[in-house]
Amino acid sequence: LPSPVLLKDMKLMDVKLGQLPSWLAMRDFTPGGIAGAFRRGYERYYNKYINVKKGGLGGISMVLAGYVVLSYIWSYSHIKHDRRRKYH
Amino acid sequence: MLSRLVLRAAPAALRALPPPPLAVGVLHATRQLHTTQQSLAPLPPLPEKGGEVRHGLIPEEFFQFLYPKTGVTGPYMLGTGLLLYFLSKEIYVVNHETVAAACILSVIIYGVKRFGGDVAAFADKLNEEKMAKALAVKNEAINSLQAAIDEEKKEQWRVEGRTYLFDAKRNNVAMLLEANYRERLMMVYNEVKKRLDYQVAMQTLKRQKEQEHMIQWVEKNVVQSITPQQQKESVAKCIMDLKALSKGAHAAL
Repeated sequence: LPSPVLLKDMKLMDVKLGQLPSWLAMRDFTPGGIAGAFRRGYERYYNKYINVKKGGLGGISMVLAGYVVLSYIWSYSHIKHDRRRKYH
Repeated sequence: MLSRLVLRAAPAALRALPPPPLAVGVLHATRQLHTTQQSLAPLPPLPEKGGEVRHGLIPEEFFQFLYPKTGVTGPYMLGTGLLLYFLSKEIYVVNHETVAAACILSVIIYGVKRFGGDVAAFADKLNEEKMAKALAVKNEAINSLQAAIDEEKKEQWRVEGRTYLFDAKRNNVAMLLEANYRERLMMVYNEVKKRLDYQVAMQTLKRQKEQEHMIQWVEKNVVQSITPQQQKESVAKCIMDLKALSKGAHAAL
């Protein structure tokens, strides 16, 4: 049942591509707002994967995998020198 | 400082603008908007299981997201393609760290596959014990409060009987007063009787003494007044009377 909703209250997945810039402009970019966004993201992940009765391995393994990928990205400029071929 | 002011003012200025025309989005009614106030008490119970994660790394939502367009094998094809692309373009470089990562990962996976179930059961047991303790505390608190409520009700019932208690006490006091009064009455009676008896005894004693004294005095006087002449005459008369009597008795026989 589609209900008319204000643009700034819609979630990101429901925003159409054309409305994206205006949606981004309405977000709260103050330091308090950014901290709030981090806190919301953390709470979402925590309440979905860790704060349950029978949590599994996926909860922390996803965090560790993300850490591995991020550290690879940060050290890529150093790893580049181990490449076997110069031209790909 | 001025930039911070600008940053603060910008969203407020944007909000002060007339609101944009309502964007009609196809929104399922079951999704909660950010505007609803969620009440915190009573807390909803913890969900049983966390979000589904496939192969321990990729959330299930990703597979569901790609399912309508690519079916079941879509994400795996995507993964394979990406892997080959990274390898061929050497965005992922194969060096000594790859060997180390392979060994570590194999050991980890072997450990998880073998001991995962036992560790999960142990953790569940710990959780069960914690829950049981908390539940026991809660039940005990409830029971003690219930017992206190029952005691209070009984006390209230007891208070209803206070009229009888006071009646009994009043009866007791009345009886005590009555008994005391009668005791004193008895004492008064006894004392008065004692005094009156004393007076009566005094009077009888006095009359007795007077009588005795008078009798003794009369006897003494009479005995004194009997002269020897009179004594002889009285004795002779007595003998004559006796003879007459004896004659009369002989005649009767």
